[in-house]
Amino acid sequence: MPMLECKNIHKSYGDLEVLKGISLTMEKGETKVIIGTSGTGKSTLLRCINLLHPPDQGQIWLEGKEITGKRADINQIRQKIGFVFQDFNLFNHLTALRNVSIGLEKVKGMEKEDAQKRALAELEKVGLKKQADQYPAQLSGGQKQRVGIARALAMDPLVILFDEPTSALDPELIGDVLDVMKSLAHKVAMLVVTHEMGFARNVADEIIFMEGGYIVESGTPSKMFRNPKHKRTKEFLGKIATLYGEEKEGG
Amino acid sequence: MAIGRSYGRPPLSTLIYIYEKVLRGIPLLVIFFLIFFGFPQFGITLGAFTAAILGLGLRSTAYQAQIFRSAINSIPSGQMTAARAIGMSRLKAIRYIILPQVLRLSIPGWSNEFTIVLKDTSIAFSIGVIELMRRGRHIYAREPDLVLWVLFLIAAIYFIMVFATNKSLGYLEKKYKMSGFEVSIDE
Repeated sequence: MPMLECKNIHKSYGDLEVLKGISLTMEKGETKVIIGTSGTGKSTLLRCINLLHPPDQGQIWLEGKEITGKRADINQIRQKIGFVFQDFNLFNHLTALRNVSIGLEKVKGMEKEDAQKRALAELEKVGLKKQADQYPAQLSGGQKQRVGIARALAMDPLVILFDEPTSALDPELIGDVLDVMKSLAHKVAMLVVTHEMGFARNVADEIIFMEGGYIVESGTPSKMFRNPKHKRTKEFLGKIATLYGEEKEGG
Repeated sequence: MAIGRSYGRPPLSTLIYIYEKVLRGIPLLVIFFLIFFGFPQFGITLGAFTAAILGLGLRSTAYQAQIFRSAINSIPSGQMTAARAIGMSRLKAIRYIILPQVLRLSIPGWSNEFTIVLKDTSIAFSIGVIELMRRGRHIYAREPDLVLWVLFLIAAIYFIMVFATNKSLGYLEKKYKMSGFEVSIDE
């Protein structure tokens, strides 16, 4: 039984059908990277999985329980599915420490002191213990994103969904965020929408190429980079390689 | 009311919208007269003081709802999304994430509204409430030569009350301004 299973997910906004029957599974500790052009439904898929935008059709199963059912406790489910946003979405009025501890305290019901201890430990993991008392406006983009990751991690999720976590960052700040994400590989399952091909190649267990609301092709990084079967996958990866430069194997 | 208007569904949000529009569209003097002279026709008779408090309260509620609603609207939608994403219910997200930011953002507008309400208490004079203006009138009716000095004194009392209140609210605004909206890494 997979840890996470999406079956035939459909999602429309008005007349526009964004997801046209997506199915995927994830195991514990697995990392999957979703790639594809803009507007192809990658972010929508992530938002469907943690029910921020519930799917119109299809089912999602987490640890064998259907979370798209009417009786599912949506707030309980979201604690198990972390989300890291492209534009960070840190709580502006709270320090880095409180950004991480507030979920533990107000959602998980931990004592304030315990929540703060745990939050500090999570901030240490992402290299931001010293910035614990700083507010989001006092942090750089990369630091904000790492707080965002710590906030998601603190809730002990089964899977963390990353929605283009580095695309709002200056190139110099991307490395720190990717390093943190790499350090999480195989400890927690990650489903990552990104254009960072180096990360996809080196960290992902599977790469999924999406286009037009469908999964066109998926496979291991070596298969996808060396021998993509679908013409569109080849074209897309070719364009990415031209744009960002060819990634060295293992680099 | 601001929360009901921003996050509530019809008919609640519609009713609040109508309330705001109507109360903001009627002069305070008319509201006082409606409550004090009009309500008795429906069998509701209120003392002048109660009618004045009610009138001021009802009108200010409409304005304050606007102040808080504009603050709510200025909070990026991602704040609510992020709160929901960590498992907060809508109510908890409003309480712990949205409201603390809204209150900070609302202090300048709210202090302005407070000043207006304080000064508008003088209009309660029109329905016979013995407030500062009426007290003053009692004095200068007996001592007409003092009229200018009495009015100066009334003005000074209002000024001191407004000044002291604004100073206190200004202090609050400064104290809580580390909300992330004003603090910049370049500062």
